[in-house]
Amino acid sequence: MSMVKITIDGKQYEVKPGKNLLETCLSLGIDIPHFCFHPALGSVGACRLCAVKKFRDKDDTRGRIVMSCMEPVTEGLIVSVEDSEARAFRTSVLESLMTNHPHDCPVCDEGGECHLQDMTVMTGHNYRRFDFPKRTYNNQDLGPFISHEMNRCIQCYRCVRFYRDYAGGRDLNVYASRNHVYFGRYEDGTLENEFSGNLVEVCPTGVFTDKTLKNHFTRKWDLSNAPSVCVHCSLGCNTIASERYGSLRRIMSRYNGAVNGYFLCDRGRFGYEFVNDEKRIKTVQIRLHKNDIKVEQVENSQFSSTFDKLFSKDKFIYGIGSPRASVESNFALMSLVGKENFFHGISQKEYSLTKTISEYLLQSGIRTPSLKQVEKADAILVLGEDLINTAPMIALALRQAVRNISYNEASEKGIPVWNDAPVRELAQDKKNPLFIATLFSDSLDEIAEEFFRSSPKEIAKLGFAVAKVLDDKAPDVKIENSYLTRIAGEIAHSLKNASHPLIISGISYGDESIVHAALNIATALRSAGSNVMLNMVLPESNSMGLSLLPGKPLENALVSVEDKEIDTLIILENDLYRRISEDSVNTLFKKSRQILVLDHLVNKTTQKADLLLPAATFAGSEGTLVNNEGRAQRYYKAIDIKDQLKESWRWIDEFIKIRNESQTVRWNRLDDIVESLSDELAVFSKLKKYTPDADFRMLNAKISRQTIRYSGRTAMNANIAVSEPELSQDRDSPLTFSMEGQQENPPSSLVPFYWTPGWNSVQAMYNYLDEPDGSMKGGDPGIRLIEPVEGAKNSYFSPGSLDVETKEDKWIIVPVYQIFGSDELSSVSSSVMQRIDEPFVIMNQADADIISAADGEYSQLEILQNKLKVKIKIDNSIVAGFAGLSANLPGMPFVNMPCKGKFHKL
Amino acid sequence: MERPLTKHIKPGSVSLNMKDYIQLGGYGNLQKALKNIAPAEVTALVKASNLLGRGGAGFPTGVKWSLIPMDGDKSTPKYLVCNADEMEPGTFKDRYLLEGNPHQLIEGMIISAYAIQAGKAYIFLRWAYKKAEKILREAIADAYKSGYLGKNILGSGFNLDLYVHSSAGRYMCGEETALLNSLEGKRAMPRTKPPFPAISGLFGRPTVVNNVETLSWISHIVEHGAEWFKGLSLTPTGGTKLFGVSGRVKNPGTWELPLGISMRELLEEHAGGMTPGHKFRGALPGGASTDFLIEDHLDVKLDFSTVAAAGSRLGTGTMIVLDDKTCPVAFIHNVEKFFALESCGWCTPCREGLPWVEKMLASIEEGTGKMEYLDLLNFNAKFMGPGNTFCAHAPGAAEPLQSGLKYFHDDFVKHITDKKCPWR
Repeated sequence: MSMVKITIDGKQYEVKPGKNLLETCLSLGIDIPHFCFHPALGSVGACRLCAVKKFRDKDDTRGRIVMSCMEPVTEGLIVSVEDSEARAFRTSVLESLMTNHPHDCPVCDEGGECHLQDMTVMTGHNYRRFDFPKRTYNNQDLGPFISHEMNRCIQCYRCVRFYRDYAGGRDLNVYASRNHVYFGRYEDGTLENEFSGNLVEVCPTGVFTDKTLKNHFTRKWDLSNAPSVCVHCSLGCNTIASERYGSLRRIMSRYNGAVNGYFLCDRGRFGYEFVNDEKRIKTVQIRLHKNDIKVEQVENSQFSSTFDKLFSKDKFIYGIGSPRASVESNFALMSLVGKENFFHGISQKEYSLTKTISEYLLQSGIRTPSLKQVEKADAILVLGEDLINTAPMIALALRQAVRNISYNEASEKGIPVWNDAPVRELAQDKKNPLFIATLFSDSLDEIAEEFFRSSPKEIAKLGFAVAKVLDDKAPDVKIENSYLTRIAGEIAHSLKNASHPLIISGISYGDESIVHAALNIATALRSAGSNVMLNMVLPESNSMGLSLLPGKPLENALVSVEDKEIDTLIILENDLYRRISEDSVNTLFKKSRQILVLDHLVNKTTQKADLLLPAATFAGSEGTLVNNEGRAQRYYKAIDIKDQLKESWRWIDEFIKIRNESQTVRWNRLDDIVESLSDELAVFSKLKKYTPDADFRMLNAKISRQTIRYSGRTAMNANIAVSEPELSQDRDSPLTFSMEGQQENPPSSLVPFYWTPGWNSVQAMYNYLDEPDGSMKGGDPGIRLIEPVEGAKNSYFSPGSLDVETKEDKWIIVPVYQIFGSDELSSVSSSVMQRIDEPFVIMNQADADIISAADGEYSQLEILQNKLKVKIKIDNSIVAGFAGLSANLPGMPFVNMPCKGKFHKL
Repeated sequence: MERPLTKHIKPGSVSLNMKDYIQLGGYGNLQKALKNIAPAEVTALVKASNLLGRGGAGFPTGVKWSLIPMDGDKSTPKYLVCNADEMEPGTFKDRYLLEGNPHQLIEGMIISAYAIQAGKAYIFLRWAYKKAEKILREAIADAYKSGYLGKNILGSGFNLDLYVHSSAGRYMCGEETALLNSLEGKRAMPRTKPPFPAISGLFGRPTVVNNVETLSWISHIVEHGAEWFKGLSLTPTGGTKLFGVSGRVKNPGTWELPLGISMRELLEEHAGGMTPGHKFRGALPGGASTDFLIEDHLDVKLDFSTVAAAGSRLGTGTMIVLDDKTCPVAFIHNVEKFFALESCGWCTPCREGLPWVEKMLASIEEGTGKMEYLDLLNFNAKFMGPGNTFCAHAPGAAEPLQSGLKYFHDDFVKHITDKKCPWR
């Protein structure tokens, strides 16, 4: 792309063509005030704040006001940002916006990181000439996540553009007109869209604010922040975790141009409250007598006597890892117990499906796209995964991907891609092909070219059929369904003709054949020379990382203890009752003399622990998670953990020392364990160097977690002691728990907050990116551990038997994962809790008639020794003979689905 | 004096029906165009006639048509939309044509659609024009029955469907892109330009939007040619124009007159001069969104360029007269209140500026105004000016305000110093 020369205030710049002037100036570090433009949403020219003066040519001295967001950057463009008339106009825009804005900054949740405050200062508006009563509105109750204060609205339209146009929401809209436009729902009620939390960041003022933060409010400049990674699904969205007084106050999106961009899903944003929950384990507790209910706290002085007994050399120890614990903690446990005695802490089924995927990706030569690359896909097949519930941000990325065709069409007509409304107008309903093969309908259907609703086995059949159409060498599959044949042909055709075809699948249906079918399609496309991408959704935040470690499935531990006993069973951040059947866990526990559990929250497993150790959460520790893309990402401590709380790997390190007295290497800090891991396991070899180590300094300083405006350092603990407490040390990272330190432009993986002079809101992010919506300066954080292998040869999976027999009185029960409720940790968050459904079953009307249950009625489901009271939800999109059971909701027993189930009248 | 558009309209009597229209030679020009003139030639003819859009902006109609891509994919639909959302205060000329001679419009639309090869056409009608709606629906039904609409019109192979869409009633719908949004079922908010409707209009497809009066001309131009059209006006623009006058004049109404007659002639000869006891103080020459002209301007020739030179706009050509018994502040307040209420709420200067203006004017009129409001009114008028806003709504609203402040400055001051309205 050849650059174009433009002149801004008499200075020449060479810039990328095709952009608008506003984003160009922002990436050049030239501040232009603006409201309605958002890099992810494009330009609409509504607020008129980004006005600049444009000159026809060098001889033009008068020029005219143009909106920089609507002005394409072209060769020879001459503009002035500083022009007095342009400046005066921008100030006037602010003045008129402020005519109705309440002067409630001191009590406004947005204060301190308010884009409107910044813009008011930036334009210089400071005197109020409007002397009439202000317009007022009624506010709405928008549910547990979002507060609404419409009087603060400056009508930039960003909220509805994000919510409706970008995220596909329906229940937030703009109502009325003139200076009484209203942004809200048609009536009070919970915002339904799964991405509603982004309104908090998209809104330039305090209309939409974080209700969970309000419950323990802290002024924004008083927060201590850390770069973090979301722990609530396998996508690894980057977050900023913020602390005050030892509690986690909120989660915001941390920009990562390759992963989540500007946004987060509501589970990721609001699931954090578990960190502050009263069920948190904060002390070391010991059960003096097996099966006793009573536990006692273990004092620090008693640690060595307590631990020595458990980990002495002669003890036979089993370690059970976890897909929600960091790579380091899992690796530490594996090192403690040895590879032979290390178990992944997931069921055989999950283990083998995850392994199948990770091994395929390691050897296949096929690329797993980043979320950003998902947005670039031009033909997509979703095979058996309810993305909106299991990987919400992929669903959001797909909404953008299907619009690629509209950018092509717009470009042909000379409409720049950032000119949002005309691009949408021109495209109308035209979308890139997206095919969805799932069990029941969801909100993505509306953007799909075609959807296929059937049983897991039929979905797998479809997948195998697509592979067969693409490559005759792919295994044959018997099909009686002509519709399936037709749609398989269509899908194959679309994928084959695409330049960036994408297959998305996963393991949430618990069906091996779906995974095999998806991998076969990828193989077939690749063998046809296609540049296919494959995104396999995994269940948890470190499912992929765990899968890259040696180890065995949980059931293997059970089998091996049939004729022996374990001295010490150590369980890392894992509630085994969510993994395998209750009986199996009980058997394992019976065979264990001592059960040691490291975890954050009290659960069924911790209640069985003989020794319970408080493990720091993601917010109180540093560690690495590997997302489903194979991207390893480091999260950093937001909370300085105190007293007996410790990172799991640090606890385990103590045990290693006990067990192996001769060991000379001690993991003093995270970098040490990362180094061991990198040296020991080839797949993790890149982990060592991808992010600065703890010794990293900028201008001899650590990177500050707190803004320079952080207040109360000397006073905040005065109720305990009046002397200023000693600064907490973080030996694991180059970040410091202080406002004294490097404030600006840390390396991209170490950004704890966004701040640039003049920019206190999240818009300060511009200064951290190479261009708006681009990459972080210095590269997006994270390192991909899995890259396509050149010249890889893949073989096909054989379909096996795809027959299903259904009986009239029995249904095949398939799992229905929920964005709110199916994830263990976020389900403890009090805001998320309000969104969790009671256990339910979805089935079609005809099947409900058979069991004579009406929509909303309760029934009893008999399933694998369990009898569950479930609410019946009628959904005619699910095929006859199949019923979907809400999976992993709090309080529900583990059920290994799909399986057969029977309904009884209650 | 020729009155091609209105000669067959008799005020107070029923509209010209299909039978009468045919008897007068109606649809003959359609036949002529479909048989003998290629689409591009129709456009060339209209271009040559220099027919300027009669909706208010005065953009050359032929040029607008020629922006429609004609060599593109034949399967891409194209649209013709008639803007009959006549909501400019003081304007009632389109209604006269719609109710009086619907087939003149329909024939014009069919020829126009043929010129741009549009397969579908819409008449976007003001919500309040119930009578016109009924007349149009009947006329369209008759045109279908006679084979002037539908498939293979008059054996030419050209197909056209014509629909009447009654608006939900917003001033903003008269803005052509807001009209398109409204027609699509969206909020009536204007669109950014470029792209212009000729590239991405209704449903994102090439679209021409023309005013009722403009489209009513087309069959006449096909019949008589461009030179004839040009000869109809006193100034070089071409054509006659429907003018109207409202206010305290003896004979308010609408008349078809050559472009270029003077304001004085219109007021005195056609509107009959001021009613006894009332003196002329000024007028908004082309609807509420145009600058005041005052006594000094009475000899200004009423044409697009000449009115513009006098500091106003010909607009819709329908004049609202301000007399000496009417308070100019109240007059302007009334106008600005209308514009404030009709703002769509999209861009800041319009949404926030107009209510501020309205509040200050109300305050001055009530006797509670402050002297600094005069500066603030001027400031807002400039703030809402052309180029500063998303569409022409606020700049239009600023026109009577800025000129009113200039011409009636003393009246404003008197309101403020006397703390009351001198007319009350």
